[in-house]
Amino acid sequence: MLNASLKQLSAQLAQKKISSVELTTECLDRIKRLNPEYNAFITVNEEMSLAQAQAADAMIASGQSGPLTGIPVAQKDIFCAKGWLTTCGSKMLSNFVSPYDAGVIERFNAAGAVNIGKTNMDEFAMGSSNETSYFGFVRNPWDINAVPGGSSGGAACAVAARLAPAATGTDTGGSIRQPAALCGISGIKPTYGLVSRYGMIAFASSLDQGGPMAKSAEDLAMLLNVMVGFDVRDSTSLQRDVEDYAGELQKPLHGLRIGLPKEYFAAGMSSEVELAVTNALEEFRKLGAQTIEVSLPNVPLSIPVYYVLAPAEASSNLSRFDGVRYGHRAESYTDLADMYRKSRAQGFGAEVKRRILIGTYVLSHGYYDAYYIKAQKLRRLIAQDFADAYQQCDVIMGPTTPTVAFNLGEKSGDPIQMYLSDIYTSAANLTGMPAMSIPVGFGEKKRPIGLHLIGNYFREAQLLNIAHQYQQVTDWHVQSPV
Amino acid sequence: MTLTVDDVKRIADLAYIEINEDEAHAALTQLSGIFGLIESMQAVDASNVEPMSHAQSVTQRLREDTVTEMDQRELFQSIAPDVEAGLYLVPKVIE
Repeated sequence: MLNASLKQLSAQLAQKKISSVELTTECLDRIKRLNPEYNAFITVNEEMSLAQAQAADAMIASGQSGPLTGIPVAQKDIFCAKGWLTTCGSKMLSNFVSPYDAGVIERFNAAGAVNIGKTNMDEFAMGSSNETSYFGFVRNPWDINAVPGGSSGGAACAVAARLAPAATGTDTGGSIRQPAALCGISGIKPTYGLVSRYGMIAFASSLDQGGPMAKSAEDLAMLLNVMVGFDVRDSTSLQRDVEDYAGELQKPLHGLRIGLPKEYFAAGMSSEVELAVTNALEEFRKLGAQTIEVSLPNVPLSIPVYYVLAPAEASSNLSRFDGVRYGHRAESYTDLADMYRKSRAQGFGAEVKRRILIGTYVLSHGYYDAYYIKAQKLRRLIAQDFADAYQQCDVIMGPTTPTVAFNLGEKSGDPIQMYLSDIYTSAANLTGMPAMSIPVGFGEKKRPIGLHLIGNYFREAQLLNIAHQYQQVTDWHVQSPV
Repeated sequence: MTLTVDDVKRIADLAYIEINEDEAHAALTQLSGIFGLIESMQAVDASNVEPMSHAQSVTQRLREDTVTEMDQRELFQSIAPDVEAGLYLVPKVIE
């Protein structure tokens, strides 16, 4: 069952060849055996998972089941789940048992999916290697000396190591796509506004978007069908007609115009990544697609723009953590302000503090126009570049990351090097466009390589179609390190 | 732009994060590097560009002014660091 697709698992569950309790137990056993090494999960709760599995089996028995009923899904520890410890990878929330469910969790629960555990992540989703987690780093199952990427590193590891058939992630600057690439799995960040942010602990609200992580594009389509939907409790949730994200999977790629931004193919990516991407593009040409060069002249600004806007929004969002209503409170303090200062100094790790300081500075009096407003103006120029490019092409492709997974500890002391991991991914957050990563090969030490696909707004079904057609003629996505 | 240790301490104060001398010096080095990266924004003239605050240009929804949340005070306060008689306790603010 470990390597089965969601469609296969769903069929076996519906035909009662396996039960959800059996499937859930198998995942829990693997987690128990392998998680001490990988550290992909922060919290596992066998009792709660098995209770959901039993309920799912009852749903199936009564003929009330849907495609994900009984399927175990690893939930990133950024999604509040009622009765579950929900830490966001932080000491600040290391004692936070959520009193409510996030919109995404509600939707999985309603579909009868099983929460198989809460996955490890960079603290408050701020990181690209999963090394900023208060609960320790996660290992890459392809090479245990390598990082899994981040911030959804636990999710990517869990799927790659076959600890769970599917997982959720969130993506503010690349946090679904970069770990998916480094762990050799598939992941999609939908158009901003499609997946509810209610109960998804906020990092940078205008950029944050939840999405699925799984083995294949076909699996992602099934997960997206459950995750996407209007939520009145999220003020930027979009009200749209229900769409079947698997609806276009079988469409041939004849005539597809793939835009290759010259800025993404300029110097910067390693030769092994370049080779894998080139080979993947050749495969798309064989499938009938054509490639054309496009230009995104302002896209090299996405990292500086991102590192103004994301910390600015984070400094505001994280002001709620004050040790009053929930979360960590310092043991001793002199007055209220001292309680805030000590609680926050103790509760936040170094990277989170760094970003709060950047954000506080760029929003402070005298600097607001020069940094924050300037970054918002450049954000529009970047979005305009993409709009212009989509006049000439249907999808944009390039590498997801400049290199394969780096070693644990290699970049953790150098924030700027770490930030540059998101060089290809952050533009899709700034513009709000859907983007995904799929495995297209391996580099040195069998570390995986990802291809990045950026689509126009609301073209998730097309992205999944393109990825699915590629996965019909290649086998990178079915390879596993275990 | 050049940051000083005093700037770092002032920002930390605004952000309500306690910071000691060593941490302030370490933060200065790292923040200076990051602002060096950010500074590349200033090379581009965007004076006539409308700032983009959001990916989707949607207007805020309005709703009827009716009660939509039920009272869950006990549940929410069960995870609070310090409560008494339904109130969150903090150090005395007014003498």
